[in-house]
Amino acid sequence: MAKTHVSTTVNGDPVEFLCEPSETLLEVLRENLNLKGTKEGCGSGDCGACSVTVDGALVCSCLVFAVEAEGTEIGTVEGIGSNDQLHVIQQKFLEHAALQCGICTPGLIVSTKALLEDNPNPTEEEARYYLAGNLCRCTGYDKIIRAVMDSAEAMRGGA
Amino acid sequence: MSEAREYKYVGTRSIRPDGYDKVTGRANYGADLSLPGMVWGRVLRSPHAHANIRSIDTSKAEAYPGVFSVATFADFPDSARDVIDLARNCLAEDKVLYHGHAVAAVAARTVAIAEEALQLIEVDYEVLAPVMDVRDAMLADAPVLHADMFTGGLAETPDTASNIAQRMEMSKGDVEAGFAEADVIVEREYYSPTVHQGYIEPHACTVRFDESGQSMIWCSTQGHFDVRANTAKILNMDLGSLKVIASEIGGGFGGKTVVYLEPVALTLSRKSGRAVKMIMDREEVFMASGPGAASRNLIKIGARKDGTITAMKARLCFEAGAFRGSPMGPGCMTVFTPYDVPNQYVEGYDVVVNKPKVAAYRAPGAPQAEYAAEMAINEVAAELGIDPIDFRLQNAAKEGTQALYGPTLKAVGLVECLEAAKNSPQYQTALAENQGRGLAAGFWFNIGGLSSVRINMNPDGTGTIVEGSPDIGGSRASMALMAAEELGLPSERLKPIIGDTENLPYSGTTGGSRTTFATGMAVVEAAQDVVRQFKERAAALWNVTPEQVEYTDGVASNTSGDDKLTAAEICAQAERTGGHISGTGNINARGAGPSFAVHLADVEVDKDTGKVTVLRYTAIQDAGKAVHPSYVEGQYQGGAAQGIGWALNEEYIYSKDGLLENAGFLDYRIPLASDLPMIDTIIVEVPNSFHPFGVRGVGETGIIPPLAAVGTAVSEAINVRLTDLPCSPPRVLKAIHDNA
Repeated sequence: MAKTHVSTTVNGDPVEFLCEPSETLLEVLRENLNLKGTKEGCGSGDCGACSVTVDGALVCSCLVFAVEAEGTEIGTVEGIGSNDQLHVIQQKFLEHAALQCGICTPGLIVSTKALLEDNPNPTEEEARYYLAGNLCRCTGYDKIIRAVMDSAEAMRGGA
Repeated sequence: MSEAREYKYVGTRSIRPDGYDKVTGRANYGADLSLPGMVWGRVLRSPHAHANIRSIDTSKAEAYPGVFSVATFADFPDSARDVIDLARNCLAEDKVLYHGHAVAAVAARTVAIAEEALQLIEVDYEVLAPVMDVRDAMLADAPVLHADMFTGGLAETPDTASNIAQRMEMSKGDVEAGFAEADVIVEREYYSPTVHQGYIEPHACTVRFDESGQSMIWCSTQGHFDVRANTAKILNMDLGSLKVIASEIGGGFGGKTVVYLEPVALTLSRKSGRAVKMIMDREEVFMASGPGAASRNLIKIGARKDGTITAMKARLCFEAGAFRGSPMGPGCMTVFTPYDVPNQYVEGYDVVVNKPKVAAYRAPGAPQAEYAAEMAINEVAAELGIDPIDFRLQNAAKEGTQALYGPTLKAVGLVECLEAAKNSPQYQTALAENQGRGLAAGFWFNIGGLSSVRINMNPDGTGTIVEGSPDIGGSRASMALMAAEELGLPSERLKPIIGDTENLPYSGTTGGSRTTFATGMAVVEAAQDVVRQFKERAAALWNVTPEQVEYTDGVASNTSGDDKLTAAEICAQAERTGGHISGTGNINARGAGPSFAVHLADVEVDKDTGKVTVLRYTAIQDAGKAVHPSYVEGQYQGGAAQGIGWALNEEYIYSKDGLLENAGFLDYRIPLASDLPMIDTIIVEVPNSFHPFGVRGVGETGIIPPLAAVGTAVSEAINVRLTDLPCSPPRVLKAIHDNA
């Protein structure tokens, strides 16, 4: 079966790849493009470990076909923060000890960034519902929610 | 240990050393390693819960284009018989014992080709009746899973095969006399379902077999030394010819202490000459990794009107899954340990059923057993009209209490936890209509064991802490703090890494709440070894004896003069004084301190739907000494959240044919961010005298109390004594209607 040629943008970089029509964006990100920060926890859109943005919209990359990336702008965890400066969300996750094993963390950071771009001043309840698609089994979410609320305040210029 | 010791680093909230990699996506987990020429392995799994395998024909799969090798049990050498249950769980031999049991595996160029090839494997099954519940499995006429299983632990071993692998009993005092003294007796059977640890990272490994003795496994595991031991045993390899590298691990909770894929992947690699990568999908994780055991536990507790418990009795029946080895033993040992009661009797049964072989799940056996005991305790307190905290305080285990399983307790923090609960803000608040409050205690032993550590000092005074305990929840941060305390150096200058099986001698699994305790002790010993050498090297430079050198806060001083050298200066001159410096701490840690916890849950029940909302939650636990308070709180909160899930939603649902019907996160629903409130924590610190800083393990106890705390809160809210978990909407609604 002939592979499909896809031109897209990942974290601001122009990228081209070949993929099978059945391959997911998650598979291509990890195996073709070697961007392994995006994790697979379920493959069925239930856990959010593979969260990325496509043209700014938060999606589970396991539910997106790789061919759908044609002409879009993909954002992954690797595009958050810079080489010498963590994004404030990443910094707050560390300060609040909002991760234990860390497997859900890339997805949560991508989702939190999308939340705060969408709603810079969420209530705790709004944050909890926005992030309900990102499963964490280690923390009980307490420290994650604190990190998210603190990030929101810092990004609004409050701290 | 000096209780008056003031700490500079221990007890601070440092940024974890591996944090940067984990928030940027750079950390490498089980599925993240690829090797040149690597091919992909997939597993054929049983569509039946219980069946004999008449034959397996893999010839079509072997001939399929893109397939490199096929493996079945027949590929394992005779050495596999020494660990036959483990080997048969990796690949079934002549019988499948649960839906999803591995039967064969294929390595192919792509996952898709491997899955196509699996469909070409022909397995001839003789389907048998499944046994899906411990109660059914114990019946005399139950279908028998293993024709060679004869119940152990009886006065006389029976000559008829049975699903009961083992019976045990323990007793002290005279329970019948104790019940005769009681004014109130509660006796009930409690049920807890099969649950899964629910780690977000599926099992994964990448392996390469090498004829010349350089075989390698990269995998997500809580204990890579045990992966090496088990894989080498099944495949008849020398330990020295197999290196196991622990990747970062995306959760385990006891579930990543067993090998499933590794011996299969290495067999596929041996037969293909290729590196092989295998990743379970989520459905496979639920179907075929080791869940937490279901149990049916009968509890009887008697007390006098004055609040004195006179007798406690339990009969614990645990499901082991397909092979012997449920956590019935620890269930028996923990069930009544929070109570100083002279008359106790416990019997336990380890029973096989047609479900996946259970694995450890956070304080294995204790949540199930103590759920039952704590529900009954709360009911007795209610019948006596005594506050549940006062009732527990009156009967609480404390220093000098002899536990049913043998030891006499040293200083423990149960009373302190109960008092903290009583004084907590949550306990002072009033409840509204349709709301209920539950409280429960929990006990777990914690373990010590083998840990190996080496600290390598660099010429600039920075150091590397090489430890053998995979860091599953931030333990590197604690190791750095403990080393910093001993070395008097900033923790940021000490980098903890997880060594592979060739870097260090054997180190036990990250489990049993042992890592910060036991590996921490090894870190302290290695750091003290470094300090000893710092003194020797400084003494050599000053022409004095090491006894004349003092070392404090990272500086060596000559007590016979004015000389001073920093640790960095000693390291910089190490070449002149005998070579570079490293310290070792290879220990078998004894004296793990038991950890008690008390949890408080407030819930509200929607009486139209049966849905339970957790309104407020406080987790209180004795840490001995919290090395990194944030990660200690995190253990309490995480344990509470898993326990809340167990109490409210989580259970394996099987069809009447024994097929698992909810093998995914949509239908096996673990708590979401929107399901939980903030989880308040109170860290109690009653030092463990066996640890240099007073540390007790904290990882597991926190999952024990939530089951009965939530179960009691729901019971209070609907005014019906519930006995079966989970308190899911259908079950709560039925209880409301049945008692209307």
